[in-house]
Amino acid sequence: MDAEKPSQGDAEQPIAPDLTPNSSSRDEADGMEGVVNEFLVESYENLDQLDRDLVQLEQNPTEKSLLGSIFRIIHTIKGTCGFLGFSKLESLSHVGESLLSKLRDGELLLGPESTSALLTMVDAVRQILSCIENERNEGTVDYSGLIETLSRLTKGQLAGGKPTAPPPPAVPASAPEKVIESLSLAPVPATVATVASHEGMAPVKIDTRASDAVDDAVYRQQNPERRQRDERKTDVATASIADNSIRVDVSILDKLMNLVGELVLARNQILQYSSSTEAKDSGFVATTQHLNLITSELQEGVMKTRMQPIGNIWSKFPRVVRDLALACNKQVRIEMEGKDTELDKTIIEAIKDPLTHIVRNSVDHGIESPDIRVANGKQAEGCVLLRAFHEGGQVIIEISDDGGGINTERVRDKAVERSLITPEQAARMSERELVNLIFLPGFSTAAKVTNVSGRGVGMDVVKTNIEKIGGSVDIQNQLGHGTSLKVKIPLTLAIIPALVVTCSGDRYAIPQVNLLELVRLDQQVARGVEMIHGTPVYRLRGNLLPLVYLSKELALKQVVEKNLKDGDAQFIVVLQADDRQFGLIVEGIADTEEIVVKPLGKQLRGIKAFAGATIMGDGKVALILDVLGLAQNARVVSEVRDRALTDNKSADTKQATKTQNMLVFAVGDKGRMAILLDMVGRLEEFDRTSIESSGEQDVVQYRGEIMPLIYLSKVFHTTYKEQLDKPIQAVVYAEKGKSVGLVVDQILDIVDEEVTVKSNSNRPGVLGSAVIKQRITDLVDVREVIRTEIPNFYDQQVLALQGRS
Amino acid sequence: MVDTKQFCTFYLDDLMFGVEVSKVQEVLRFQEMTRVPLANAVVRGLINLRGQIVTAVDLRRRLELKERPDNQLPMNVVVRTLDGVVSLLVDEIGDVLEVSEESFERPPDTIAGVTRQLVLGVYKLQESLLLILDTEKSVKIDG
Repeated sequence: MDAEKPSQGDAEQPIAPDLTPNSSSRDEADGMEGVVNEFLVESYENLDQLDRDLVQLEQNPTEKSLLGSIFRIIHTIKGTCGFLGFSKLESLSHVGESLLSKLRDGELLLGPESTSALLTMVDAVRQILSCIENERNEGTVDYSGLIETLSRLTKGQLAGGKPTAPPPPAVPASAPEKVIESLSLAPVPATVATVASHEGMAPVKIDTRASDAVDDAVYRQQNPERRQRDERKTDVATASIADNSIRVDVSILDKLMNLVGELVLARNQILQYSSSTEAKDSGFVATTQHLNLITSELQEGVMKTRMQPIGNIWSKFPRVVRDLALACNKQVRIEMEGKDTELDKTIIEAIKDPLTHIVRNSVDHGIESPDIRVANGKQAEGCVLLRAFHEGGQVIIEISDDGGGINTERVRDKAVERSLITPEQAARMSERELVNLIFLPGFSTAAKVTNVSGRGVGMDVVKTNIEKIGGSVDIQNQLGHGTSLKVKIPLTLAIIPALVVTCSGDRYAIPQVNLLELVRLDQQVARGVEMIHGTPVYRLRGNLLPLVYLSKELALKQVVEKNLKDGDAQFIVVLQADDRQFGLIVEGIADTEEIVVKPLGKQLRGIKAFAGATIMGDGKVALILDVLGLAQNARVVSEVRDRALTDNKSADTKQATKTQNMLVFAVGDKGRMAILLDMVGRLEEFDRTSIESSGEQDVVQYRGEIMPLIYLSKVFHTTYKEQLDKPIQAVVYAEKGKSVGLVVDQILDIVDEEVTVKSNSNRPGVLGSAVIKQRITDLVDVREVIRTEIPNFYDQQVLALQGRS
Repeated sequence: MVDTKQFCTFYLDDLMFGVEVSKVQEVLRFQEMTRVPLANAVVRGLINLRGQIVTAVDLRRRLELKERPDNQLPMNVVVRTLDGVVSLLVDEIGDVLEVSEESFERPPDTIAGVTRQLVLGVYKLQESLLLILDTEKSVKIDG
């Protein structure tokens, strides 16, 4: 049977059943079809409302208005399903109604058992409705157990144990792929099953990299009612404020969105003609401007229609938290701020599951059991706080709990145990890095895999799904006090502002959301480019920025075959992906434009470097770069968060205390030494063949001067097995226009840490020792070393002789 | 009544190929393409087709035939596939032919390699062979 029969977007009220006799029995059937569909849509809405109301009611068992509204809803359902001949549904809602009648009249008081039973009934009703929707019958599940429980409760008998749940029906195939794990305890399995059958489509769709337009098309095809229902939910939510809402079929909105997208493209083309026309017909230009304005406003308006308040997803959480807390024997309350924050519909779909998972994690792992909390001086009831707000073109969603926080020791041990990282890496990791280990696939610290969580599929999928829509996840953690997750997502997917760059004769678009700044790469700046571990880096206001050549990443020849050292300017586009910054070297920069993101075909979807394509103002196609994908390909953002190259000063940790940037290197086989990064002029590599000698001093020709080399391993009397085939690594220190190359055995790391130096005046050339990254490291007294090794370095005469500026 | 089918025909390096008419959305002359770096060489680029971005697949490369001479510009046969619209780059467009089912045969052994996999069958015409292309397979490309 064709389920595609929405009510054409014109009904503010449910259509009364058409009872006029019809000559054609087909019309009759269609009429009934429509009525049943109406019933389903309204009932789903009502059930969601019931969920919310029941949970609220549990907190305020005598709240009259709630009781009244709940009773009315169930009464309505009972009435309609009786008329439509759904007998199972009728008997179920009948017994629920009886219970509610007694509650409403004050004969019984609502307790946790009754609430659970009623919630179970709500789930059962959903289950039956889903069967009606998909198979046009009420299904084969036996609800007599539930009915009996409800009857008993109605009679005031509380004994008899927990209400038995309806056995979950055969779970549809999409369920195992879901992010949400199923609960084994009473009220919840039905929820999962029914969630799976309606909403199971959503997580599966997330796997594809199509744009929302394509997703919507397929989605629409498969689940028209659900889309409609969601759309209507928004209207119902605001209807109480002003009855100025109207039900619109989502497919119409999608079509509008597409058309606006096309209009934006056409507008871009006209703008281009307008700016290039020789005649500069003022009438034409004026009209173009007008068109431009109108298009922008239209675009804004249509995008608004697709915006939904995040409260729509959040509304399910009170129930989720309640059920989960009950299951874990914890007390948890949920607080929400910023329910009205609006997001594009497709983004809401995409983040629903990740958010749910995070909330469940907070309850399950974060909040401790009441006795532990009290023992630690906390309130027995834990709190999960959800906050949403707009900031800087993005939507920020924070989920924090006041639980026990993440135990980074356990995290580290677990990660090593599962061979996700090596012990050496583990030893070098900072707190922040350790906390982020939970995002690795296959990670879970739950001692046993319960039905609630612990199956280890959680956080990495959450992160992936959020990143797929261009968002990011960040964790703040305080052991003993709680954890806070910050999810950042872009406001919209379809039309984005982008910077157009050129490389090897082609144009590429970079989404502005990833763009931090532009640096013109001329000869002067080019001198600032250094090499670390074989990667070019540029020092931007104290931070080292790894550089990536776009032409290299795309395996293209540079049209202009010049490297950095020549006269022509190129550009460094400073980008941010996943909280890491890097610089992308491109040949030219064009304008910033608003572009319509179009998905790439299946043949090209696997290329990580591209997020889609767009049509430029001149009608040609340009590819849109996927900044995160590009960064990962270039290995400036590694999967395992190895932070050897970039230093990230995060806002949370220890801003008050001073940290130092230090370069750590190996001297000899075991020694570790460090120099303040400020003292480091450059890091260079020299071929051994370029080492010459001047008297007894080894020197190299370096940038037009003769630079002496000091072998630190010799200075500090350590032995090191020299690798004679590899170039030497030197830290160039410059003072008063003269440079010295300090030869080290291996550059290890650049750290930004708070260092306390234990001064050690015994050893010459050493300022003191400190513990850096948990290893004892000596700080080199550079000036003293130079004074000792090259006595005439500071000699004025020699300066004059060298004749260098 | 003899069963007949209609095919849109085109040429690739002197071989004549055909695709069922119902699968062909349109046929165009050479269109400017934007190349896609890092993509399989079979994907020559992207075309702007009235606002839609369509992937262009070079059939010569797909069938592992000789490269087209530089001065020869390909033409576009835009086909509808299960995964969307794709443009096949061919040398020349031929006529729409109506052929009788009687003349259909499985691909002969004389056709080698990749072509054999991508050809559904052959119609023996009076003076030539019409190779029927499997469009779905032709546009399935590994990354």
